Amino acid sequence: MQRGFKLTGVLTDAELHRLPGAPSVERAAKGPVAVIECAEEFPCDPCEYSCAYGAIIVGQPIINLPCLDEDSCTGCGKCIAQCPGFAIFVMNLNYSKKEATVSFPYEFLPTYKAGEVVNAVNRSGKVITKGKVVDVKNLTNQDRTVVITIAVPKEFGWDVRGIERKEVKAYDR
Amino acid sequence: MGSMSMLTTDVAVVGAGPAGLYAAIEAAKAGAKTTIINEYVEPGGQLTKQIHKFFGSKEHAAGVRGIDISAKLLGSIDELKVEKRMGTLVWSIFHSNILAIAHNGKSEMLRANKIILATGASENAFAFPGWTLPGVMGAGAAQTLINLQRILPGNRVLMVGAGNVGLIVAFQLLQAGSEVVAVVDALPYISGYCVHSAKIARAGIPILTSHTVKKAYGEISVEGVMVVKVDNQCKPIPKSEQDMKVDTICIAVGLTPLVELAWLANCRFTWVASLGGYVPLYDDKMETTVKGIYVAGDAAGIEEASTAMEEGSIAAISAVESLGLMTQQRAYALRAEAYERLRSFRIGPFGKLRDQGKQFIWRERQKYAERI
Ligand SMILES: Cc1cc2nc3c(=O)[nH]c(=O)nc-3n(C[C@H](O)[C@H](O)[C@H](O)COP(=O)(O)OP(=O)(O)OC[C@H]3O[C@@H](n4cnc5c(N)ncnc54)[C@H](O)[C@@H]3O)c2cc1C
Ligand code: SF4
Ligand code: SF4
Repeated sequence: MQRGFKLTGVLTDAELHRLPGAPSVERAAKGPVAVIECAEEFPCDPCEYSCAYGAIIVGQPIINLPCLDEDSCTGCGKCIAQCPGFAIFVMNLNYSKKEATVSFPYEFLPTYKAGEVVNAVNRSGKVITKGKVVDVKNLTNQDRTVVITIAVPKEFGWDVRGIERKEVKAYDR
Repeated sequence: MGSMSMLTTDVAVVGAGPAGLYAAIEAAKAGAKTTIINEYVEPGGQLTKQIHKFFGSKEHAAGVRGIDISAKLLGSIDELKVEKRMGTLVWSIFHSNILAIAHNGKSEMLRANKIILATGASENAFAFPGWTLPGVMGAGAAQTLINLQRILPGNRVLMVGAGNVGLIVAFQLLQAGSEVVAVVDALPYISGYCVHSAKIARAGIPILTSHTVKKAYGEISVEGVMVVKVDNQCKPIPKSEQDMKVDTICIAVGLTPLVELAWLANCRFTWVASLGGYVPLYDDKMETTVKGIYVAGDAAGIEEASTAMEEGSIAAISAVESLGLMTQQRAYALRAEAYERLRSFRIGPFGKLRDQGKQFIWRERQKYAERI
């Protein structure tokens, strides 16, 4: 099996935790926080401008990896829809006693509604658990990038990064 | 040519993509009579089909969808009263300053004091047994079908090429409702940005590196494809074939600068692999070896929209400077600012090679100037 994002497109745990955009395990355990899964130096910086709390720093030169100031991050989630790479997630490992929430960008139709039970997928698109949609945001400033928040069993918080797409038959559209 | 009417302009910009639009805006701002000519009926170039939010810096509208960047630039073009000739092909350049243009089957001649070539790029082909079957198409063509013409090219797609174009178009095919069975690439690693490959992976689509197409088959159109694993010399590994049932094969194996007009105008060229192939020689004003003909954007070497915009500005600034519409000091200062912004795009693992390519072109241009 090949491993590593350069070979598979999937970050390994080791690669993830080394990123300057990933919060520490201790910080994540405390509550909502952004996880910036942006691992390569290319010129890009909208994330930096999207955060009202100054919790994302790209700086100069613009190819720097985005760095998360985990103490300033409130987990508000505003950055999610502003990242053109769909690389920012917000994770709340303290959502309830047994559940964590994960928020992620979603640009497929049909979209989901709060309350729906969904198949939650990991970074390889594999279904790893059931989840429940708790919030769907489609604000004007998100410019048509929907942000979905789902609740999943706590132990999957670090791994869930999306949901299975609803099936669309070509002739249905 | 005798009976044809001769149109005139100060600055003619060929191509209305990001490079051409920026060039036209800059030239018109300086007071030059500016004409922009575009083969496709819709101006915007690549931007017209880029429904995704763009990468880059805040200054270059990063985070904004390509289609919306284009709409904004077109607004400026209209405000500045740039003459627009859309759906118009430039088919030759005569005497270094006359453009032969064709619109609705009618040819005209346009004399321009300065010409800026911002004609973009064309997609590379990739030949394999069965590649002429209907259903095999460029990724750019598939993107035009789904995003401009709203036609789904097929229900099950194989994407060949895991660079940014392959990855982005594969995702957009999913958005349009196709199934993408895999993305394959002969390279042993994914050459596109990790954020794009991560989106594909999360959608459950395998990215097969060290894999290529052995053949496509089908009666009257593509019904399937044999994909094969390759070793590090790119040689097929026996018995590693996989049969995939697909009706569409999209090819995203690179772009080549579209520079026929520069060849026709007798510009000198050089080969720069990191910039996509043959590129006209130019200096730091984006002026080719033919006086008064400038080049910008993908036509000057495959890069990005942000760099195309800067190069378009540099070319136009230099053109209006040479027309006496801008002082040397001001042109020098504006170019320096543009190069400062460009510098931050041409570093890092992705930008470094392109920077070396540009440096090479300038050196070759210098050598050419010394020879003559
Ligand atoms: C799938 C994809 C995704 C991309 N995503 C990004 C991104 O996120 N961020 C980014 O910065 N860049 C991105 N790019 C790159 C960017 O789109 C190009 O680098 C940029 O469009 C180049 O601009 P240009 O003006 O040089 O050429 P183009 O945009 O290609 O425009 C050239 C124009 O010239 C016209 N033309 C050509 N020949 C003639 C002729 N003989 N007569 C008249 N008109 C002619 C064409 O009709 C066309 O409109 C992406 C590219 C692709 C393919
Ligand atoms: S979640 Fe909110 S506070 Fe945290 S980085 Fe994103 S925008 Fe800033
Ligand atoms: S906006 Fe997204 S893709 Fe761009 S640098 Fe920030 S995290 Fe990376």
